[in-house]
This record gives sequence, structure tokens and C-alpha cells, in this order.
Amino acid sequence: MTGSKILIESLLKEGVDTIFGYPGGAVLNIYDELFNYRDKLNHILVRHEQGAAHAADGYARATGKVGVVLVTSGPGATNTITGIATAYMDSVPMVIITGQVPTSLIGNDAFQEADTVGITRPCTKHNYLVRNVKDLARIVKEAFYIASTGRPGPVLIDIPKDITSNVAEFDYPESIEMRSYNPTYFGHHVQILKVVNELLKAEKPMFYIGGGVINSNAAVELKEIAEMIDLPIVSTLMGLGGFPSEHSLFFGMLGMHGTYAANTGISNADFIVAVGSRFDDRVTGKVDEFGRNAKFAHIDIDPSSIGKNVKIDIPVVGDVKSVLRSMIEILALKSKEIESTQYKRMKWLEELNMYKYEHPLSYKMTDIIKPQYVVEKIYELTNGEAIIATEVGQNQMWTAQFYKFKKPRSLLTSGGLGTMGYGFPAAIGAQVAYPDRTVFDIAGDGSIQMNIQELATAVQYNLPIKIAIINNNFLGMIRQWQELFYEKRYSFSNLNVNPDFVKLAESYGAVGLRAKKPEEVEDILKTALSIKKPVIMDFVVAQEEGVYPMVTPGSPITGMLLV
Amino acid sequence: MMEKSHILSILVENESGVLARVAGLFSARGFNIDGISVAGTLEKNESKMIISTYGDEQILEQITKQLNRLINVIKVQELTDDESVVRQTVLVKVNADDSTKNEIFRIKEIFEARIVDVSRNAYVLEFSGSAKKMEAFIELIRPVGIKDIVKTGTIAITRSKK
Repeated sequence: MTGSKILIESLLKEGVDTIFGYPGGAVLNIYDELFNYRDKLNHILVRHEQGAAHAADGYARATGKVGVVLVTSGPGATNTITGIATAYMDSVPMVIITGQVPTSLIGNDAFQEADTVGITRPCTKHNYLVRNVKDLARIVKEAFYIASTGRPGPVLIDIPKDITSNVAEFDYPESIEMRSYNPTYFGHHVQILKVVNELLKAEKPMFYIGGGVINSNAAVELKEIAEMIDLPIVSTLMGLGGFPSEHSLFFGMLGMHGTYAANTGISNADFIVAVGSRFDDRVTGKVDEFGRNAKFAHIDIDPSSIGKNVKIDIPVVGDVKSVLRSMIEILALKSKEIESTQYKRMKWLEELNMYKYEHPLSYKMTDIIKPQYVVEKIYELTNGEAIIATEVGQNQMWTAQFYKFKKPRSLLTSGGLGTMGYGFPAAIGAQVAYPDRTVFDIAGDGSIQMNIQELATAVQYNLPIKIAIINNNFLGMIRQWQELFYEKRYSFSNLNVNPDFVKLAESYGAVGLRAKKPEEVEDILKTALSIKKPVIMDFVVAQEEGVYPMVTPGSPITGMLLV
Repeated sequence: MMEKSHILSILVENESGVLARVAGLFSARGFNIDGISVAGTLEKNESKMIISTYGDEQILEQITKQLNRLINVIKVQELTDDESVVRQTVLVKVNADDSTKNEIFRIKEIFEARIVDVSRNAYVLEFSGSAKKMEAFIELIRPVGIKDIVKTGTIAITRSKK
């Protein structure tokens, strides 16, 4: 079998049915073979390799499966870097296959040569350069195993062109054993017991959940344990959807644009359990004062996340789902203790509900469209059940605040790297995975232009994605910082020239709609939802609107600017 | 927390790029490498890296954890001075004329160094020992006139339990 055929057969063995890619010289053998597999392997042709990487990422986040990318050497590979770094920061399982110049030319500054393995080393979980076609099947097997286990992440396989035409016997390994890679799934029992005991002992316990809850599919366990002992939950951006937002035990997102209840609550808690979250600077604010009254426990599959930013009293290394399951089993035997300590937690919930009541998320309606109103309407009309991708900036924060996510894997957003241009291709990946679900990209007028070329992809594959552009003709989050911290010196954040987004949609063969007044918003959304095509909605919104609450950089998270 | 030097023994899979992965991790995360030495072990597919680094306990913990995240890293162990034999080797090329030869021989005897190359006006001395002894050796040989000097990174091995 040729290397190309071995590669594709290996992908099929891994259960891959969709790949996102773009052809080029070094991968032509693979593409030629791919032509024979048209019925078994769905290839989505993007318009820019960055789009392929984000689309595979969106596919992976929405499904939990490994997203697969295929691109050529040199510029093909370097164009995926932002997408790979995005996936790495947010722990998304991906396998990226890049072509490489023939082995004999490596290091020669050959046409379309780049040191892909060297460039991607710091932004992949692992990477490989295939030097012998005999190793190819094993490497693919290892790549999928590494990408999808432990703390997930992107793994890159660089394949020189001669390897794709060289011949070897195809023998796909049944299983693998890697002596140097053995993630810990089951938490240490003694540590877990300590967490449970401390939870019942505490006056003001709180769970601070993150993307690990989504990655380990632990939403069911989380809800069960929270309801068992009336435990309040706050979430990071990446954790949204891990716990139902409308649940009475949920107090919203914490951090820089977190709710008053979440930020004040966590500052008053006396026992904080970080569940698959990693104390990012956008979450903690001034880190020395984060959870200043609390003891900390931290459940995470990645030991290096524990104790990195905040000193942890009770570390638990393990898979969130498995650890929560163990906690539930222990708690099940402690019903008396739960009952006798319940009054403390009820009192605590009362306090938190007071914060929620005092300063709920809010905005003022005017005769100009408010961005928050658009997000709220999207939430209402989709019943909180759509898959929502976002770009980065104000659009992202308003979505996090005003779309009440019900289920895991319904928010696709670049949390760690903060990649503008992520949302739309990610929405493509999600829509490919779920053709019948409603998929939105909530975008800004700045971000959407960073990967707008993918509109052609959406039209080609008839993906009915709804793009809601919150259009303030500004890089809104930049504008907000300049307003607050740079004396309103709006240095190069004004997008004076934007395309006519309606005409732009039409020129691609998509549908374009525009709303200029609040009373038009709902109708436009309804119309868009009724169209089985990609739709761009241009919502012309209030330019000066800011995202609040906001914790000023360097302050403790209790130092919030409110509306 | 107190910053001090630490010696890490890192057992890795002997694959191409593994040194770049380890070195890249140190630079990307702002950790220091004071010295490094790498060579194969008795196992064909393994290498051992000995890295001298610097930092407080929390930094050391992070370095260890981050190293363990690398797929090619099999085992990371801190080697403490008390429980290990620690050595560095130095080659020094010194001026050797009639006025300095006696002094060179005297220092060579005291430190149990060896003369490994001799020419009309230069000797190459080899000395192996702890970092402290090596410093003392270099200090004493310096007045003789050092033409060139090369040091290895630290190597270390655990002592057997007594």
C-alpha cells in the first residue's frame, strides 16, 4: 500500500468521517488517493488553511471527537498555526496532517519548505515528522491516542511527499503502549475524601468550573453533586454549558467580565473547588487576592495546572468525571451529615442570591439597538439550544453573559488564545457535524472580516449558519479599553471603512439582512432562522456600549465597574 | 521562597527533536538552564539529560510537571547534593614555560588533575570534580595564564543506599 493509502485507511480505522483541508503540491498524492474515498471520507474544502484548523476545532468541540486537518507544506502549514495554537490553549483534540517536501530535500530551502515540526513544537501536544513509510500507521494511531486522551490537544503529523508514494504493508496496530505517556484518570481516594469532608465542613463552599468539565463530559455528574448538597457553581468562559445557566445554583461567569454575584461570591467563599479550570489571569484578577478567604482544592487531569498560579491545599489529579463520580459515591453514604450541614449552605445561597438580586446583568434599552438585546433575542428564539460560536472581543463577552447555555458543547469560543476570526470557521465545523441543528456565529464587524472568505465554504456545502454581526464600526473591546484607560484616545480602533455586509453576503450567494432599529431585531432573526442557507445579519448597534461588569486590569475581582 | 540551584535527571526517549523539546520548554516558560549534558544510556532507545537549573521550590515543581507533560519524557528526578555524586569536567589549556611548569605540576598534584596534552609552551589539564572544587581549581590555575577553557555540563548519579 502507498503511504497515501495507509494514511487514509488509518484515518478510517480511527473512525474519522470528515476532514477539513486544502490541497497543495506536497499533499497531491494524498489528495489523489482521497478521490477514491469520496464516499467514505467527507472532505470539506475551505478557502484558507486557517479556516480548516478552526473548522476542525469547532467540529471537535461540538462533537467531542478528534478534528482532522489536511494541508500542504510551507504556507499551508504555517497558515494553520493560529488554529493549532487556539486549540492547544483550549485543550481541543485535533490531528493536523501537513505535507512536507520530499525527504531528500528537507533542509535545502526547497520550494514551499518550512520546518513545520520546529514551528509547531510549542503549540502542539506532540508532533511527528514521518521518516519512514513503515512508521506511518503507528504514528497515526499514536497521534489520535495522544490528542484525545489525558488533557486533550492538537497533534501534528508532518509527512514528506516521498513517504506518501513509498510502499509498505498496512498493519494498523490494535493497541498502543507508550511508556512515557500515561495520563492519570482516577483521582487518589484519600484526596477525594478530603475534598468531600471539607465541602461538608465549609460554611461557604463553591465550585469554580472550567473547560475540563466539558472535555471530560462531566455535566451530568456535576449537576448531580451540586443538587445533592446545594452547592453553588460559578464558571469560566470555557466552562459555560457545563452546568445549566438558568439553574438556581448557578451564579454566572466569574472574572474580568463576570457577574457581580460570581466575583463577590468567590471572594467570600471559604472553600473553593476548581473543577477542570486553571486560574487564568482573566479569571483571577489580582491573583494574590483571589479567593482570599478560602481554602483551595483543585481537580484536574493535568498535574501542571495544579499549583501553577495559586497554591492548592488539596490537589486531586484525575479526570473530572471520574473524580466527581467518586465524590458522589462518598456523599451518598453521608446523607446524615449532608442534612445536618445543609442550613449553612442555605444561608450561603441566600447571601449569593442577594448579590445576584442587587446587581444582575443589565443594560438600558434605547432607540438604537443594544448588542445585549440581540444576544438575548437569539437566546429566546433558539430556546438556549443552539450551538453558538463567537469571535473575540465584546461580542464574545456579551454572548457569555446573555446567552444562557443549557448544555455542554454548545459554546464554541477561543478562550485561551483569544483568536479573532475563530468563530465563523468553528461554526462551519459544528454545522458539518450537526447539519440539522441551529448554529450561530455571534461576531463583531472586526472579527468577521478575519475569516470572511469561509463564506464561500458555507455556501458550497449549503451550511445554514446564522452570522449575527454586532456592528458598531469599531474594534469595540479596544474602544472600551481606550475609553476607560487611555483617555478616549481611540488610536486606530475605528473601522471607518467596512463592507456592506448585506451585499457581501449576496455576492457569495448567501443571504444578507440588516436591522437598524430594536423593533426590527426579532423579525430579522426569525427570517434568518427560516432560511436554509447561510445568512449574515448586520445589526447596526450602539457604538458606545461597553461590556460590564468589568474588573480593571490588575485589580482584585471584587473591584468591578458596574453598568 | 528561596531560590537555589537544582539538578534534574531527565530520562527521555531517544528521538530526534527531543533536546529541542526540552530546551524549548525551558525558554518558552522562562525557566533557566545553567548547564546541560546529554548522552545515551545502556538502553538503545533512551537518553539521559542532566540539567542544572535555578529557582524556588514552586518553580522547580512547575519545571518538573511541565517536563513530565512532554510525551518523550519518561522520568524526571531531582538529584540532591547529599544523595548524589555530582561531577563536572573541565579542560584547561595553560601557558607552560619554565617559569610556570612547577606551579602547574603542584596544582595538578593537589587536585589530582591530569595532563592530557603537552606541547612546547602549553599543557592541557583535565580535572573532574564537584562544581566547588572545579572553581577552586580554576582559581588556582588562573595566574599561570589560561589560553582556553572548556567545561562540561554537570553529570550526577544517585548514591547507593547505605
